[in-house]
Amino acid sequence: MKQSAANLSGFDREILNILQSRYPLVSRPYAAIAQEVGLTEEEVMKRVATLKESGLVRRIGGIFDSQKMGFSSTLVALKVQEDKTDAVAQAVSAYPGVTHNYQRAHEFNVWFTLVTRSEEELQKTLNEIMDLDGVVKLRNLPALNLFKIGVNFDMSEA
Amino acid sequence: MQITDLDKKIISRLQGDLPLQPNPYAAVAEEVGITEEELLQKINAYLKSGILRRMGTILRHHKAGFNANAMCGWNVPAEKVEEVGPIMAQFKEASHVYHRPTYPDWPYNLFTMLHGKSKEDLEEVAAQISKETGITDYKLLYSTKEYKKTSMKYF
Repeated sequence: MKQSAANLSGFDREILNILQSRYPLVSRPYAAIAQEVGLTEEEVMKRVATLKESGLVRRIGGIFDSQKMGFSSTLVALKVQEDKTDAVAQAVSAYPGVTHNYQRAHEFNVWFTLVTRSEEELQKTLNEIMDLDGVVKLRNLPALNLFKIGVNFDMSEA
Repeated sequence: MQITDLDKKIISRLQGDLPLQPNPYAAVAEEVGITEEELLQKINAYLKSGILRRMGTILRHHKAGFNANAMCGWNVPAEKVEEVGPIMAQFKEASHVYHRPTYPDWPYNLFTMLHGKSKEDLEEVAAQISKETGITDYKLLYSTKEYKKTSMKYF
């Protein structure tokens, strides 16, 4: 079933807001959501199933903090020769620790995030990427401080 | 916190998708070989220690009607970073606000991920943030291609 923000019902929006920020930590989370929004458990689960099928909800699970688990992470900006952008980006994406990788309209045209088990592995990976054919510059931009994290969209306005 | 082999097993499973059924935690607990109560206790402990940010979902922005997003770099004087960061964080259109190092060819030290319905939206939000913070040197970086977008598999 095709679904976009435009034809989401009020119930769907309420459910999405709860799913995003406070999926209940109780034995029957859908019953808890149902009670809050005023539907039955079965109706909530049916709506969640449709939201998943539509692709709007990728997965429902845990969102972990890599730093707190002892992993190293960073954001990297690359300047890549125009004609080698895709090839370099694909080589970068092949690293399992690369979670996000985008082409952007700027002198630094490839931006990716990297998570590794250690600082040594992070440096080693960056050195390997620096050596890829077409990479002109690499700027390592690890977080020094974090003022906000959490992709929460208020679906009531979507 | 010390992450044991059992924790790795649980974390690995929680990084996947919870089954869509009335008792999802009971199902996961059974897979991992513990009780539902033990699993919920573990999840609460992970939340308390901070290794787990939250249980829930990540939406696909494009399908949520937030069709436009941009990374925005801000050139903030070092002594103003602590003051400006929290102001930027208050904007609901900004999902992430980070302080990062600079280079001679990259002077932008604060980063915000901005989300909106259109490019004009994003420009408007950036202009509002600029007005509120007094930071006038900023760069909106639009993504022109998505090469990869996944969740990290830690264990």
